[in-house]
Amino acid sequence: MNRTTKDYVKNYLFVVPAVLMFIVFSAYPFYKIIELSLVRWDGISPVMQFIGLDNFTHIFTSNPTWWLSVRNALYVTALALVFQNGLALFLAYIVDKDIKGKNFYRTIFFLPPILSGIAVGIIWNWILQGDYGLLNQLLIRLNLSGLARSWMSNPRTALTSIAVIHMWQGLGWGFLILLAGLQSIPRDIYEAARIDGACEFKVFTKITAPLMIPTFFIVSILTILGTMRIYDIIVATTGGGPGYHTEVPISRIIATMLGSSRFGYASAMGVVFGLMLLVISIIQIKMSKKMERT
Amino acid sequence: MKNLVIAIILAILVSGCAREEVDYVSVWHWMTDRADAFDELAIQYRDKTGVEVRFELYAPSPSYSERIRAAAQTDNLPDIFGVLGEKRDLASFINAGHVANLSGYMEKPDSTGLSWRDTLFPAALEINKFREVNVYEVKEGIYGAPIDIMNIPMLYNKRLFERAGLDPERPPLTWDEFIEYGQKLKQAGINVFSSGFGETWLIESLAYNYAFNIMGEEKVLDTFRGDVPYSDIGWVHTFTIFEDMKKHNLITEDSVTMINRLAEQQFATERVAFSFNGSWCVNVYRGMNPDLEYSTMLPPKYSDEHNMVIWGGAGSSFLVNARAARKDEAVEFLRWLTADEQQAFLSEETRNLPSNKDSLDLIEEEILIDFSQRMQHITHPNVWPVTEEHDIREAMNRGIQQILIGERTPEELANRLERLKN
Repeated sequence: MNRTTKDYVKNYLFVVPAVLMFIVFSAYPFYKIIELSLVRWDGISPVMQFIGLDNFTHIFTSNPTWWLSVRNALYVTALALVFQNGLALFLAYIVDKDIKGKNFYRTIFFLPPILSGIAVGIIWNWILQGDYGLLNQLLIRLNLSGLARSWMSNPRTALTSIAVIHMWQGLGWGFLILLAGLQSIPRDIYEAARIDGACEFKVFTKITAPLMIPTFFIVSILTILGTMRIYDIIVATTGGGPGYHTEVPISRIIATMLGSSRFGYASAMGVVFGLMLLVISIIQIKMSKKMERT
Repeated sequence: MKNLVIAIILAILVSGCAREEVDYVSVWHWMTDRADAFDELAIQYRDKTGVEVRFELYAPSPSYSERIRAAAQTDNLPDIFGVLGEKRDLASFINAGHVANLSGYMEKPDSTGLSWRDTLFPAALEINKFREVNVYEVKEGIYGAPIDIMNIPMLYNKRLFERAGLDPERPPLTWDEFIEYGQKLKQAGINVFSSGFGETWLIESLAYNYAFNIMGEEKVLDTFRGDVPYSDIGWVHTFTIFEDMKKHNLITEDSVTMINRLAEQQFATERVAFSFNGSWCVNVYRGMNPDLEYSTMLPPKYSDEHNMVIWGGAGSSFLVNARAARKDEAVEFLRWLTADEQQAFLSEETRNLPSNKDSLDLIEEEILIDFSQRMQHITHPNVWPVTEEHDIREAMNRGIQQILIGERTPEELANRLERLKN
């Protein structure tokens, strides 16, 4: 082996651990889930029955609950994209200014994301409960008892309540990333614009927003991927009810897998869901690139 | 160099796949409330026999289930474990060769002439038993040792009864009486009924109690077999129970989506007069409110045609790994664990009903005796010769939630289930 080949092999050896990790933890499970989606299997039996695309056919033609759960997840995602990220941007913009105690605010806003979804769900159960919930008690004290209700058992408010809880928990991530993005914009650009007489609104629309497009893109991708996979908050609050009003794709996959022991069908759901997220991400990447160019 | 790298990678892969040999009996469980008591019993067993037993806790139960399934796939199950879920899941583990048939051990008499089976409640064994002909095609036998028994009756708060002018020793016996009691409680400003209906298995349990009461066991099972339609008036009456609850404002609105732990908190803190919960609640309520004065009752009868039954039987069961190197030691430990003294200890520490018949006489706590008396009214899907498909049951449970929020009528739900069934 000559010196060049030796170096070549040595360099590749450095990559081997990462490649092995990728194969074991990403590529193989990906291959396996596609393989499982084509069989009928209870998750335990050594025998798997190959059924081709039957699972996919059933999902697309005879499973309205699955599509309802996708619609629910999209609704929560839409709310999170607009309100969670809007509020995160507003708060990051304020904290980016030289206000007093900005490190304190940074810590406070980042507390909810580090709590587990189950803990967050239990906290919000106390807030949104019908009879003794804090929110209803507050409404009654404000003479707004007409607005008081059982927020998570009412079909009109259950999913939006879940969205609010999710946004409360996810706000911190968006806040931190957007704040980092704002702080990476050179201050002298702002100073030059102000010297030229630009007002705060113009500074934001002509300088901040265009320079923040890559950050907006990252935040929105993370919001979509994180929100579409919402599950633990639902387990700790509504369990998917009332009826099917707060069912989401992950809860359907888990119910199919553990509830009815149809691992093959649950895998097919996983593949369909994964492809949906992939398509959404590709569309968003393309849109973001287009926006950057213009 | 190249050979060395290949050797290292192979060594890592081979060692990763190798089964770990241990010199103790390993037990995996999910019962957080019993962890300390199990550890204490393991010490006692080691001192008595010299055999070390290690309990490993994996909670919450969904994580435990995933771990057990993963271990089954890689043939790394511990010597003793439990399967959570339905009888179908247990059957899958048995058919895959993971669970030892304990029938031979159960029949073998000890020095006093009593067999292991003789010492345990038949109802508790029934859940782990497969008969000669069964839908799961499992070989006849007893595949698990119950470590406790349970039942799921209705509960009522005696103090709140008194406050509403009701006799605390005389709970409602009929559905009409229940509605009447409910009105009196409401007049006294007391919430009537709450349960963790967000965990839909509680809805399912109560619905089947009433289905058995209204139609009788055979007709319910015939529905599962497809011989009786869900549109039958008996099923409509069963679902009407829940419509009545909504119409008469007997159930707290939150109950529809409430997790059981919160429902337990409502009952324990005396915010509601009736609840529907299992015998495991004794320990939970004691932790939340040691002064709670409550008693059990059968759900009030809707019909006089058939008896009211409640779900019950084995609470938790342990299975022995059929491929375990220490299979006999594992069985011996389970036999010791289910003996009267150990069962009495577990019952005292965790306030669960013991699976050993003789231990029941040692119970002193009034509420546990109360629960134990309900054992004569029990049934359970795991002992029925036929069960309903998961999708239909899920549709029923969700449909009942929809009835409770006024989105569906009992007739609509019955017709929907019939369509799904076909």
